[in-house]
Amino acid sequence: MKGKVWKYGDNVNTDVIFAGKYTYTLMPPEEMAKHALEDLDPEFAKNVRPGDVVVAGKNFGCGSSREQAAACLKSAGVQAVVARSFARIYYRNAINLGLPVLQSAEAAEALEAGDEVEIDFTAGKIRASDGREFGFPPFPDSVLGIIEAGGLIEYTKKKL
Amino acid sequence: MGFTFSEKVLGAKAGRPVRAGDVVTVSPDYVLSHDNSSAIIKEFRKLGLLRVKRPEKIVIVLDHIVPASEEKYAQGHKSIREFVAEQGIEKFFDVHRGVCHQVFVEEGYARPGLLVVGSDSHTTSYGALGVFSAGIGRTETASIWAVDEIWLRVPNTIRIEFRGTFPSGVSAKDVALKLIGDGGADMADYRAVEFGGPAAAGFSIASRLVLCNMAAEMGAKAGYFHPDGVTREWLKGRTEENYEEIFSDPDATFEKTLSCDLSALVPQVACPHTVDNVKTVTEIEGTKIHQALIGTCTNGRLEDLEAAGLILRGRRVHKSVRCLVLPASQQVYIEASRRGLLTLFAEAGCLILNPGCGPCLGAHEGLMAAGEVTVSTANRNFRGRMGSRDSEIYLASPATVAASALAGAIADPRKALP
Ligand code: SF4
Repeated sequence: MKGKVWKYGDNVNTDVIFAGKYTYTLMPPEEMAKHALEDLDPEFAKNVRPGDVVVAGKNFGCGSSREQAAACLKSAGVQAVVARSFARIYYRNAINLGLPVLQSAEAAEALEAGDEVEIDFTAGKIRASDGREFGFPPFPDSVLGIIEAGGLIEYTKKKL
Repeated sequence: MGFTFSEKVLGAKAGRPVRAGDVVTVSPDYVLSHDNSSAIIKEFRKLGLLRVKRPEKIVIVLDHIVPASEEKYAQGHKSIREFVAEQGIEKFFDVHRGVCHQVFVEEGYARPGLLVVGSDSHTTSYGALGVFSAGIGRTETASIWAVDEIWLRVPNTIRIEFRGTFPSGVSAKDVALKLIGDGGADMADYRAVEFGGPAAAGFSIASRLVLCNMAAEMGAKAGYFHPDGVTREWLKGRTEENYEEIFSDPDATFEKTLSCDLSALVPQVACPHTVDNVKTVTEIEGTKIHQALIGTCTNGRLEDLEAAGLILRGRRVHKSVRCLVLPASQQVYIEASRRGLLTLFAEAGCLILNPGCGPCLGAHEGLMAAGEVTVSTANRNFRGRMGSRDSEIYLASPATVAASALAGAIADPRKALP
């Protein structure tokens, strides 16, 4: 799936991804999508298209443990988040909910807002439509099982 | 080659020697959640199970939006109370009790050598008592309720060695902010932070809690102090349970060791909108404020209220400042009341809030309008966290916040001390 790049800086925190005032309300996913990145980029939720990719600098998702910060991007149709690095709880949450989080310093650096990219998960490649190509490391074995099961809930069900 | 604290705690749980980088599947001693338990219950129900596996390991504290400020929150709280009754969860604390992280340590659940996880990022706090404790998400909390297991990667460790003594007007919050300002908000991402060195023994439990709480703002998985006499003293009367003190071996491998001289510190302030945007109080003195917040799980303990009280005693908060005092727990509230601190604050023109998270997460009680500024003792100053996205939050110690409340602008506490 091809998508457009939304580019942000370092330390994009969970409050700007999904504001604290919404976190204790049980919101349906489509509603969550409407508030995604609200305090960072009000244009995002209005214009994001399924398959788009969020690209950011280091420590993406720092701050709170709120899972909606991963869920809102997923329900907005974001195909993957590519960053130089991720905050650890965000990384776990994204995997547990099935939002691919890809670590690539080169891609985080080189990709610009509006670039068109395609992600090949099997080959571990991010391909820009102008021919540039960036690799990302495969997931550790421990998390592969969760991703393959389609998220932690499905994975846990199998263990029961 | 010796083992680090994290390697030892997680190795003991895994039943085999482990090293940083290994992935272990372990069974935590406690799993904490708060108002977000209603969302966790929803995930748990998806698993199709009737009973949680180990109800005695579950700790639930209602603290985030207490008492419920809107019907939807009341509904959430109600669903949690019903679940707690249905599942026989005894470690449940209703809206009067305080912030989860303070309640957890007051109840004696944080004991050396334990492994605790919680669906709140500041679960790192319990490292103050020699616990390996880490924040996790909601879905994985539901999964632990079901199967009593979680995967964790054994973290690398950064050691920070303290020496010297705090100058007057400078406290644990200043050292936390200084470290984060120098190292950046991801200085310890995926890692554990060991707080040690010759001055560590001089840190009270309250101060250790500040550092371990703020370890989350360094991106750390866990932050801890080694247990010592101060730890044992705190646990006396709070728990009957046995515990095993765990220490890093002298020849353990640390990713790096930093040294920090407390004597050289001056009051620090984290400026909008990131915790690592740190300046000395002198650099931003005079910045106008509209609200001051003294409290939260970071700095809402007796020691913090005493520090603020020392500055506010017999004085009046600036007429254009709303000064909110938010004790971290009911126990803190009671003791502050006994010592006359609550009267002192009220007489100074402060507004005393009920124990809990209060305005810290921007859901109720003391939000800001566009263009307003708060100086707070909390741990986060992200854009929009306390109301309008066009408001600003500065973070500082209780002494700095109290001095600023008097001045109507960010002020140096060293000049305000009696
Ligand atoms: S006081 Fe603030 S930081 Fe602490 S648990 Fe509550 S919301 Fe989180």
